[in-house]
Amino acid sequence: MKFRLEPEVRPVVTSALALSGAVGVFALAFGVLAVGAGANVWQACALSFFTFTGASQMSAMTVIGTGGSVGGALGGALLLAGRNGVYGLALSPYFNESLGKRLLAAHFVIDETTAMMTAQTNPRLQKIAFWTTAIALFSLWNLGTLLGAVLGSAIDPHTFGLDVGFTAAYVAMLFPHLKTVNGRFAAAGGALISVVLAPFVPIGLPILASGLAIFVGLRPTDSSATAEAVQ
Amino acid sequence: MNMSWALVIWLSAGAYVFKMLGFVVVGSRKLPDVLSRCLMLIPAALLAALVFNSSFTSGQSYAIDERAIGLGVAIIAAWRKLPLIVVVILGAATTAFLRAL
Repeated sequence: MKFRLEPEVRPVVTSALALSGAVGVFALAFGVLAVGAGANVWQACALSFFTFTGASQMSAMTVIGTGGSVGGALGGALLLAGRNGVYGLALSPYFNESLGKRLLAAHFVIDETTAMMTAQTNPRLQKIAFWTTAIALFSLWNLGTLLGAVLGSAIDPHTFGLDVGFTAAYVAMLFPHLKTVNGRFAAAGGALISVVLAPFVPIGLPILASGLAIFVGLRPTDSSATAEAVQ
Repeated sequence: MNMSWALVIWLSAGAYVFKMLGFVVVGSRKLPDVLSRCLMLIPAALLAALVFNSSFTSGQSYAIDERAIGLGVAIIAAWRKLPLIVVVILGAATTAFLRAL
């Protein structure tokens, strides 16, 4: 079999596959953690297939795992999903296809596809970057979740420290956001709100309320911080 | 446990609506700078909240236990730029070890 990519396409495809591989391992962790928090294998898989945005999926499972209500879990998770709306704004100028194709593409508008697409400069490579990342990442995210959920069903979550596994994943995801001053303020504000409110409101609500910390973005600062965060 | 299919369905529907809102409905119209600046701070605020809330509370009361040490190890690992899966394993393993003592 002879299958060769053009020289300019190859690095795009290679980095999309490398990124997807890493995300697949993360999905494995999500699968294990989700069943640890009380989901069954099918629910974990359905979240990865239909919700398909990692941080929201994990946030919902954390709130449920600590005894929060469905409403509490939804609030924080949807707030996190809100940023994909901002990514969509950044990407939509590149997509001039039919409505049907745009509705399909919308499902794949997440952190990674946005980063990969906006890293390219010519329209053809942008499209290749978006779709290769979307397809590879979606496949491995779902495969990883299934394997993790099956594996996770076999062990006791508390004994293996899986609750802290979730926390550790958030820590790793948080670090890139601390590069900007606003990011650090928002993180400090969010942390403070979530801890201070904990004794007074139902479980899950402190996470949702921490969203108020985003108003530190009202500070008149360099607008380059936004562009940086999108890329 | 309160895990239910309702959560799966509502979260999936809501997440898709957000993805589609920016991408299809608003399209290339531009949001005010200050609004997108605030929206991009959501992950920083919520991820930090999840970290601290789940490490130092138990139900509606405060608690300092093995989780705090696991968190400390995870922070050092993430700060040293170790891969995500290594950060997860170190955090979980530290806590598991302390719980087994």
